Amino acid sequence: MALINTLLEVNHLSISFGGLRAVDDLNLSIKKGELYGLIGPNGAGKTTAFNLLTGVYKPNEGIIRLDGKNITGLKTIEINKAGIARTFQNIRLFKDLTVLDNVKVGLHNLYSYSTLSAVLRLPSYRKVEKQMDKRAMELLEVFGLAESAHLKASQLPYGKQRKLEIARALATEPKLLLLDEPAAGMNPQETQELMSTITFIRDKFNLTILLIEHDMKLVAGICERLTVLNFGRVLAEGSTSEVLKNPEVITAYLGE
Amino acid sequence: MKELFKKNKDTLITLGIVTGAYIVIEILLKAGALSSLFKGLLVPLCAYIILAVSLNLTVGILGELSLGHAGFMCIGAFTSAFFSKITVGVINPGWLRFVFAILIGFFFAGLFGFLIGMPVLRLKGDYLAIVTLAFGEIIKNIINVLYIGRDSKGLHFSIKDSVSLGLEEDGQMLINGAQGITGTPKDSTFTAGFILIMITLVIILNFIKSREGRAVMAIRDNVIAAESVGINVTKYKLLAFSLSAALAGVAGVLYSHNLNSLMATTKNFGYNMSIMILVFVVLGGIGSIRGSVISAIILTLLPELLRGLSTYRMLIYAIVLIAMMLFNWAPSARAFRERMVAKLPFFKKKSAEKEV
Ligand SMILES: Nc1ncnc2c1ncn2[C@@H]1O[C@H](COP(=O)(O)OP(=O)(O)O)[C@@H](O)[C@H]1O
Ligand SMILES: [Mg+2]
Repeated sequence: MALINTLLEVNHLSISFGGLRAVDDLNLSIKKGELYGLIGPNGAGKTTAFNLLTGVYKPNEGIIRLDGKNITGLKTIEINKAGIARTFQNIRLFKDLTVLDNVKVGLHNLYSYSTLSAVLRLPSYRKVEKQMDKRAMELLEVFGLAESAHLKASQLPYGKQRKLEIARALATEPKLLLLDEPAAGMNPQETQELMSTITFIRDKFNLTILLIEHDMKLVAGICERLTVLNFGRVLAEGSTSEVLKNPEVITAYLGE
Repeated sequence: MKELFKKNKDTLITLGIVTGAYIVIEILLKAGALSSLFKGLLVPLCAYIILAVSLNLTVGILGELSLGHAGFMCIGAFTSAFFSKITVGVINPGWLRFVFAILIGFFFAGLFGFLIGMPVLRLKGDYLAIVTLAFGEIIKNIINVLYIGRDSKGLHFSIKDSVSLGLEEDGQMLINGAQGITGTPKDSTFTAGFILIMITLVIILNFIKSREGRAVMAIRDNVIAAESVGINVTKYKLLAFSLSAALAGVAGVLYSHNLNSLMATTKNFGYNMSIMILVFVVLGGIGSIRGSVISAIILTLLPELLRGLSTYRMLIYAIVLIAMMLFNWAPSARAFRERMVAKLPFFKKKSAEKEV
């Protein structure tokens, strides 16, 4: 029985591609409100773990529980409705939609009106669209994207595209937010800003955050606990300061 | 009011262009300035515009390739013509019967879109093109061997010949195989075509700017990301595709109620027509609804306008095709157009928003 304040509980999670065990017996236990890091060398299986958690891949073995509910094997959209949202290592925005519309797609399941009221522009359409605009603008403001609301997503510079992905994920009102290398491609100053934004949204939206990151300054700066993966297996886990001192972890990184 | 205008600027411009064209043609008609050949082209032109705009919903907004749009037009044409033929004199006045005919064409074409989309759109990969291509041909061939007649005992069906219907002497042929349906009431007018174009445009443009339309475009841009924010991919693909098919059915209604004798041939409901509509969409700009309207108008009327120049006709036609393609798709031309548009005070600031 999972503890009442555990949000994500993963047991013996495994998946193989052909002969390769990309994730091998992963166990994770993340508390509500925690900022948790998943680190490890390239190809260690971190992104694959995210794909398992979000139903992109079905695990060969193992159980995933979110807030006590078994979500193993559910479809991606059901997992999102259950409360997990994510960003992608290779940015996946709706590139021909505006920045605002990208976030409004994230709001899709929280607001509703009929097809008919949209086509006829009935008052319910106008009212709900206004609410969606307002909510989406609030989210864009958190990430300093409000002025870019009417640009196409593909017109944003790289760093802002990463932020927009976080805003879109947050729009679905998740309990657990998964960030896959959020600082990749950012300069030190942008990374610094991102670190404060991540802690800010965790507090403002009562989130639990699991993030993958290579930037050790970011990891050491904001993650409370870490799990280190190497060749699909857990190499170490524990509080950030302990894990980063672990000789095995240091070797795994230097040996890369 | 002003805000309302700004928000719907693109829609209003598109509707304005269509209304303007309608008024000009009406004036020319009243003045007797149009040849009978040109007049005969007006209702088909309206049908082509509806076809191009509705196909753009599948190709440009949903991002799936359909090669059987004429098949859905065919369903709409025959179901509605059949309905009108058996209810002529029963449902009065005529315009009311025509409204029902339109709804029937819309419904049955949409139903077929749904039935075809259901298995195919679930698959990952581009299977829609091949399946719709086959569908268009199959529908046309089925209608060519379909015989339906009516007498005092009711309706009779056959897929062999008219004799095997065994009609009584005073019986009436409704659908006569390859000869199709004759004597459909001529309910289609240019004005009816104009109204149906306007309705189609309002439906599609408002759909695109709705929560569901955004979901469809999100799927087009990135399926995995759309799923990650809880978008039901199959549902919205089906919705967009069925709506696109249903509106093609409406074009079919318009087309069939303009003809005394409705037959399913390769030219009107076959592969050729599907490709021609696709050419309208591609040249007008994939995803640009206004572009589809304009390109359908130009490419339908141009061959007729050039008829006098018989020898050079196809050459000029080809040059126009190439010019349109360059204008719409070359990156430098697109950038140029965006700069020009940005210069108009009217468009300021919002130029980056996608025109639809
Ligand atoms: N769909 C797939 N098919 C085959 N192999 C895959 C697939 N996805 C990931 N892998 C492999 O699994 C391993 C882990 O990849 P990944 O999870 O992306 O690593 P990272 O820790 O860098 O995010 C890699 O060797 C990768 O090639
Ligand atoms: Mg990765």
